[in-house]
Amino acid sequence: MKYMLLIYNRPDFVEDLSDNAREELFAEVDAIMAELTESGELVGGQALTDPSTARTVRQGTTTAHTVTDGPFMESKEQFCGYVEVDVDSLDRAVEIAARWPDVRYGGAMEVRAVMHDGGAEM
Amino acid sequence: MSDPQDLLRTLAPQVLGYLAARHGQFDACEDAVQEALLAAHRQWPAEGVPSNPRGWLITVAQRRLTDEWRSDSARRDREHSWAAMESDRSVIDLADVGHDGDDTLTLLFLCCHPALSPSSQIALTLRAVGGLDTVSIARAFLVPEATMTRRITRAKQAIRDAGAIFTLPAAADRAARLQAVRHVLYLIFNEGYTSSGGPDLTSHELSAEAIRLTRLLHALLPEDADTTGLLALMLLTDAHRDARTDPSGALIPLAEQDRTRWDRKQIDEGIALVTAALSAAPPGPYQLQAAIAAVHAEAARAEDTDWAQIVALYRVLSHVAPNPMVTVNRAAAVGMLAGPRAGLDLLATVADDRRLAGNHRAVAVRAHLLEMAGEAAAARAAYLVAARLTASVPEQRYLQGRAARLAPIRKDSG
Repeated sequence: MKYMLLIYNRPDFVEDLSDNAREELFAEVDAIMAELTESGELVGGQALTDPSTARTVRQGTTTAHTVTDGPFMESKEQFCGYVEVDVDSLDRAVEIAARWPDVRYGGAMEVRAVMHDGGAEM
Repeated sequence: MSDPQDLLRTLAPQVLGYLAARHGQFDACEDAVQEALLAAHRQWPAEGVPSNPRGWLITVAQRRLTDEWRSDSARRDREHSWAAMESDRSVIDLADVGHDGDDTLTLLFLCCHPALSPSSQIALTLRAVGGLDTVSIARAFLVPEATMTRRITRAKQAIRDAGAIFTLPAAADRAARLQAVRHVLYLIFNEGYTSSGGPDLTSHELSAEAIRLTRLLHALLPEDADTTGLLALMLLTDAHRDARTDPSGALIPLAEQDRTRWDRKQIDEGIALVTAALSAAPPGPYQLQAAIAAVHAEAARAEDTDWAQIVALYRVLSHVAPNPMVTVNRAAAVGMLAGPRAGLDLLATVADDRRLAGNHRAVAVRAHLLEMAGEAAAARAAYLVAARLTASVPEQRYLQGRAARLAPIRKDSG
């Protein structure tokens, strides 16, 4: 079963960390990624640039759509990246998510099953 | 068996079994056999299939192992096996190597070793017994090749760490180990079968492969009723393949399928197998599920279905393998036999079962029974809940479609 582990955190939370804590954080993520690679559970993963560099597209009132910069809400948790795993159970996916260091720093991990094209007989 | 590809895949477990039984080091033997298969894949189309293809593969794989061990710094430790191999080689070149079915069986047990996770058991079985290469297995499971490579490497490592050796399990463990093998084959089948019939052919190959491997196990253990039952279940289920989706990939429920499109040949074989397996008492879960599939297969039209027999079979199944999902399926059958209320009453007995929490199928059955009972609003709500719970795109579309048919008539459109 494939799951997306969606990582949410405050965009500026790393800035508040000491050098040691920051290095430890990156090392921790590297270690988990290496472990998931080793176990043959990692399907993929990407980190996203800071949300302040994003463009947000919405339907406009007069035009077909409007494009704005941001979001810039530093104090709010934002989607910042994902890891996709192929694991034997939801419990295992949650176990991996629980180890993500962002969780310790007030972030959140959302575990969502990836939809597939298969279907059972109804 | 004229296709060299089929021949290679048939020979793969025999060659690996032969080597692993003689030299141990399953790990190295497995790699060597994969390389021999690759070499055959390159050479046979151009040069023709050798007169003794099994001997050819064994010779190439042995040479590969010899090269590996020669260059190995720990060569001295292995001189013994190397010497044994060298003396073997002439024999192989001269005579056809007999095929020992026990080697293939041992191989299956090893690939489904309890020290491995289910996904590793599946991957290793497909490669070592099925003779599939890593790229094909990765494609079938929609994961990167690197991921599948790691999974297989790790599986082999887990076997080594568990100290497992290439011998048949002790008699006392055999029943449990065989059950694990059947379960892995069942998982492979389901992975392939539940994928839509559309353009995605790789998944179809997965269920065809599960059937092929189960046939192999059945041929090795013809007296094993559970294996016979499993093969029957696969054949009877797979027989619906062409009828269960429309050209756009949308699901067609069992009751609405064009039964002339069911594969009669597979059905006949499945019915013959399950009939034979059921005479061995007591029947296991695979035989019972196959028997239920056989009852469906025997009905020319959905309305001819012998629901009384299906309900009776589900009752036995819930004693043999108690599981809330069996109750859910039984409730659907009871609904057809004794009316939706009776089905809903039975469903209510497992409503609080934690194992069904978040299970879309249980909710979908409830929706269907409510619809039959004429409770359109409740049925619609239940279909929508089920649609949210499933991880399958075609199932979600099907459930949303059922809900839409029950939507109150809109007055705002005029």
